[in-house]
Amino acid sequence: MLLKSLGTLSAEERKSAGQAINAAKQDVESALDLRRADLALARMEARLAEEALDVTLPGRGRGRGGLHPISRTWRRIEEIFGSIGFEVADGPEIETDWHNFTALNNPENHPARSMQDTFYVDLDDEHGKPLLLRTHTSPMQVRYARMHKPPIKVIAPGRTYRVDSDATHSPMFHQVEGLWIDEDISFADLKGVYVDFLRRFFESDDMQVRFRPSYFPFTEPSAEIDLQFASGPLKDRWLELSGAGQVHPQVVRNFGLDPERYIGFAFGSGLERLTMLRYGIDDLRLFFDGDLRFLRQFS
Amino acid sequence: MNVPENWLRDFVAIKITTEKLAHLLTMSGLEVESFAPVSPLFSGVVVGEILAVERHPNADKLTVCTVNAGKEKLKVVCGAPNVRAGMKAPLALAGTRLGKIEIKAAFLRGVDSQGMLCSAKELGLSDDHSGLLELAAEAKPGDDVYKVLELGEHVLTFKLTPNRADCLSVLGIAREVAALTGTELKKPDIRKIPAKNDSAHAVEISDADGCGRFAGRVIRNVNAAAPTPAWMRRRLERAGQRSISALVDVTNYVMLELGRPLHVYDQDKLRGAIDVRWGRKGEKVLLLNGEEVDVDAGVLCITDDSGPIGLAGIMGGETTKAESTTRNLFLESAFFFPEAIAGRTRRYNFASDASHRFERGVDFGNNVDGIERATQLILEICGGEPGPTVDLVKRLPERKPVSMRVARAQKVIGMPIPETEMKSVFHRLGFDFRIENRIFVVTPPSHRFDLEIEEDLIEEVARVHGFDNIPAHPPRAPAKMHAAPEAQRSLHTVRERVAACDYQETINFAFVEPAWEADLAGEANPVRLLNPIASQASVMRTTLLGSLIANVRTNHARKLGRIRVFEIGRVYLRAAAAAGPLSVAGLQQPVRVAGAAFGPALDEQWGSAGRAVDFFDMKADVEAICAPRRLRFEAAAHPALHPGRSARVLSEGSQAGWLGELHPRWQQKYELPQPVLLFELEAGCVTQAPLPQPTQPSRFPPVVRDIALLVDAGLLAQAFLDALQAEKPAIVQDVGIFDLYQGQSLPPGKKSLAFRVVMQDTERTLTDTEADSARDALVELWGRRFGAKLRA
Repeated sequence: MLLKSLGTLSAEERKSAGQAINAAKQDVESALDLRRADLALARMEARLAEEALDVTLPGRGRGRGGLHPISRTWRRIEEIFGSIGFEVADGPEIETDWHNFTALNNPENHPARSMQDTFYVDLDDEHGKPLLLRTHTSPMQVRYARMHKPPIKVIAPGRTYRVDSDATHSPMFHQVEGLWIDEDISFADLKGVYVDFLRRFFESDDMQVRFRPSYFPFTEPSAEIDLQFASGPLKDRWLELSGAGQVHPQVVRNFGLDPERYIGFAFGSGLERLTMLRYGIDDLRLFFDGDLRFLRQFS
Repeated sequence: MNVPENWLRDFVAIKITTEKLAHLLTMSGLEVESFAPVSPLFSGVVVGEILAVERHPNADKLTVCTVNAGKEKLKVVCGAPNVRAGMKAPLALAGTRLGKIEIKAAFLRGVDSQGMLCSAKELGLSDDHSGLLELAAEAKPGDDVYKVLELGEHVLTFKLTPNRADCLSVLGIAREVAALTGTELKKPDIRKIPAKNDSAHAVEISDADGCGRFAGRVIRNVNAAAPTPAWMRRRLERAGQRSISALVDVTNYVMLELGRPLHVYDQDKLRGAIDVRWGRKGEKVLLLNGEEVDVDAGVLCITDDSGPIGLAGIMGGETTKAESTTRNLFLESAFFFPEAIAGRTRRYNFASDASHRFERGVDFGNNVDGIERATQLILEICGGEPGPTVDLVKRLPERKPVSMRVARAQKVIGMPIPETEMKSVFHRLGFDFRIENRIFVVTPPSHRFDLEIEEDLIEEVARVHGFDNIPAHPPRAPAKMHAAPEAQRSLHTVRERVAACDYQETINFAFVEPAWEADLAGEANPVRLLNPIASQASVMRTTLLGSLIANVRTNHARKLGRIRVFEIGRVYLRAAAAAGPLSVAGLQQPVRVAGAAFGPALDEQWGSAGRAVDFFDMKADVEAICAPRRLRFEAAAHPALHPGRSARVLSEGSQAGWLGELHPRWQQKYELPQPVLLFELEAGCVTQAPLPQPTQPSRFPPVVRDIALLVDAGLLAQAFLDALQAEKPAIVQDVGIFDLYQGQSLPPGKKSLAFRVVMQDTERTLTDTEADSARDALVELWGRRFGAKLRA
C-alpha cells in the first residue's frame, strides 16, 4: 500500500520514501530471520539436552585380555637383539642326551652334569639313552648352527626344565640363548653386546655390569654376568644374570665348523630373573600359578 | 667350602682386607659367596680361672665359684654341671651385654654373684648349653675371650666350579691368592718322619686304570682315645667339619689343608694284603654310614682277603674302621682316577668330601706329603711309632705339554695383551713353560686337571689378567636388512590377537596330571617322566586344555566370576617320526594356541544384558584370531567336549584344531558350576596369514534378495553354503545367513533359515528380472539338494 501510494508523490519525495520503505522492509525481514534462528537454536538445544548422556558410564562391550609378563620380556629381548641382526630360533623341549649334553662338551658322569638336575622321560633315543627335558636352551645352539653357515647370529628363547622346586626354583622356567659365530667374534665383543643389551632392556645406564670368571663345559673362557643397580630397592647388590663365554672349540667342531677359522660367543639368561628385576616381582611362583589378579596387571 | 681366614693367611702373608680378598678371588673365578666373622663382636667376657667350687647354701643345683678374673677374684653363682676347680671358662663381667641381655651383679638366693660363667650358647657360638665352654688350659685369666678364641676371624664360603678341584683346600686357595697378588706362597713345613720300626702292610693294585698310586704307612701303639686339641677342633669346625675322633680329625685336617684325602684303618682288623680292584657282581660292602651296598665291575673297591672293605675314593668300610680302641693303624693316601670315581656317588645316592675331590681330580704328586703331615699330627696327638712310608706307583695321569699361540689368545680375548703379561701370568701360577716363536708351551702341574687345550690356557690368561680389564667392544657387523616374511605372523602377534579377544595369557607346566590326559585327550599313554617332582606332574601334556581348565578352577576358587585365559605352548605327542634338524625321533612337539572362557559373555555392565558365554562367542573369537584365514567347522566328537557342541576346525582342508563346550561329565568332575568353552589350535595355522589378493570393486550398484527356507531341522547351515560353491549364478557375490527360526508355528522336524543374497555385476547395472531369476535358481538348487521349500 505504501508502495502504491508512492505514485502520488513527487520524484524527490518518491526517492526518499522508497528508501525508507526498503529499510523498514529489511528490518522486518532480519527480525524474522533472527526469530527463526532463535527458534531453531532453542529446538536444537532442547534436543541436545534430551540426548545428553552420562559420559562417565563405562564403555560397552568386550574387555581386553593381556600378555604374561614373561611373554613381554621374551618379545622385548627379541626386539632388542633383532635390532642388531639376530635371528630367532626355537626347537624341541624333549631333547636327546647328545644335543643337551654331549654336543655341548658335557660327557656322562662329568661332575658338571650335577650342576643341572635333569628330568628324563620314558622314551629312548637311537643310542638307547633316555630322552630328557632340555635343561637349558643351549641345545638350540647346536641345532641352529648345524643348519646355518657363519656368520651365525641367533637367539633362542624358550622353556627349560630342571628337577628343582622351591621358593627360588621352578621345575620349568625360561631361558634365552644367544650365539654369535664368525671369524673374529671375541670375548670383548660379548662384553659389548651384553652390556648394551642390559642397558636397553632396563632402559637405564644407571647400573654396573661385571663379568666374572666361571666354568661351563661348553664355553671357554667362561663368565658369569652380574648386574648391580646404582639406585632402587636392589641397590648395591650383585645379581647373577647370565652364564656366557667363548664357545668351546669342541662345541664349534660339533657345530660342523672348524674352530681354527670360526670363533664366537654364547650366553644364556633366565627370563624369569630379567622379568622379576624389570617389574620388581619377588616371588617366582607368581608366574606359574595362573592367578588372574596378578597377571592382569601386565595387560 | 668354608675357609677360615687365619688358616689361609698362614700360607700366604697378604696385607689386604677380607673384603678385598673376597673380591679378588671372586673376580678370578673362585666365587666367595659370603664371608663373616665367627661371632659378632662382643666385649667384657674374659678368661675366668675357677679357683674353688662350693655348694650353694640355698640351692641344690647351684654352685658358688671363686673365679680369678685376672685383676681380681670374683664370687660367681653357677648352675653348669661341668664346673670344677681348675677349669678355665668364659666369664661375663657385670655390665657386659650378650645379645639382648645385660649381665648384672645380682643377689641369687641369698648369695652375691658378680658375673656369669658362660656356655657356648650364651656367647652365641653354638647351640651347646650342656655346660660351660671349657677354654684351653694355657689361656690367661683376664684376657678377652673374643680375642683368645679368635672369634673375629672371618670364614670365607666358596662356591667353586667343578673344574677347580685344585682349590678344594686351604693350600689350593692360598696358591691362587699368591698367584693373583704376586705374594710368596709359604708351603706347609712337611718333614719326613723317620720310621721307628719296619712295620708295613702289604698293598697291591690289581686295577691300575682305577688306582694309579697308593702310599701307605703303619703306625703302632697309638692312643686313639686322645682328645683332639682345641686349635684343631676350632679350625675343623670353622671349615664346616664336625670333630669326630683324633684319628678321623687328623685325616680331615690334612684333607682340608692340602686337598689330600686320606683314610685310616685299624690295621688289626685288616685280613691280609690290601688290593685295589674293580668290584665283582654279588659282592657287598658295609660302609661307615651304616649302609650295605652292592658293587660290580663298575665300582672301584678297596679289598682284603675278606672281600671289599670300602668304596675307593668314596667311603671306607665299617669292618676295618679305626676306633678309640685302635692300637695299630694303617694310613691310606691313594690316587684314584677321576673317571673311576665320577658318577658312582649318584648311583649310591650319597657323596663324601673324598669323592667330591677324587671325581674332580686330586693332586697325584702329594700322596707322600699327606702321609708325612698326618703322621706328624698323629704322633703329636696320639703318640705311636711309625713304620716306613710305602709308596706304590703304578700309573699316573699324563701331563702333556699344551701350546698357546699369543696371537690366538689375543684374538679370542679381543685385546692385545702383551706376551710379557702372559708370561707373568704363567709364572705366577707356577706353571712349567717355555716360549718358542710367540708360542707358549706349558706343562701343567699335577694339581691341575683342567689344562688340556689351548683355550684352557687362554682362559688362565684372561682371568688372571682380569675380565674387568678386557674392553667391551660396541657390536659391529655388516648392516644387513632382515625381515620375516609378510605372510608369517610371529607368536607374539598371535598373543596380541588372542589378548585382543579378551583372553589373559597364562604359562603352565608342561608336565600334568595323568588323569587330565585320560579325561581330556583320551590319552592313556602320554610321555611319562621317569623322575617327576610329584605324581600330579608326571606326564607330558598332549593338550593344553587340562592346564587351562586348572586355571579356570584356581580362579573360580578365588571368587572370580568371569574367567578367560589362553596359553601358547608345546604339546608332546608320541609319533613315528624320524629325527630332523629341529625334531627328535619318536616325537612331535607342535606349538598350540588354546583358550578357555567361563562365566558371563561380557563383564557385568549397565549397557548390555548379562548372558553366559556360548559356543558362538568363542567361534567368533577363533575366527577373529585366525583372520584373514577362512576356517571351516565340522561337527565331530572330541574326548573333552560336549558331543553336540563340539567342532573340528579346518583350515585349507587340513585340521587346525578344536572348538567346543566342555563335556558336562568333566564339568561335573572338575567341579565347575557353569559350562567352560574351549578352543585349541595348531600354531602353524594361526601364524600363517595369506597375503591379500584384492580385486577391483564394481562401479555398479548391488542388488539384495532375501530367501527364507523351510528345511529339515537336522540339516547343517554349512551344507547350504557349500552347495552354492559349484552351482551358484555368476552374479551372486555373497550369501549370508541372517536368521534362524525354530518354533511352534513350523511343522514338526523343520526349521527356517533365512539367507541374504548380494548380487552385482562388474559390467553393468542388474535388472530386477536378472536378480529374481538368480534368486529362483538358488531356491531351485537348495530345493533339489535338500528338499528345502520357500517359507510362505
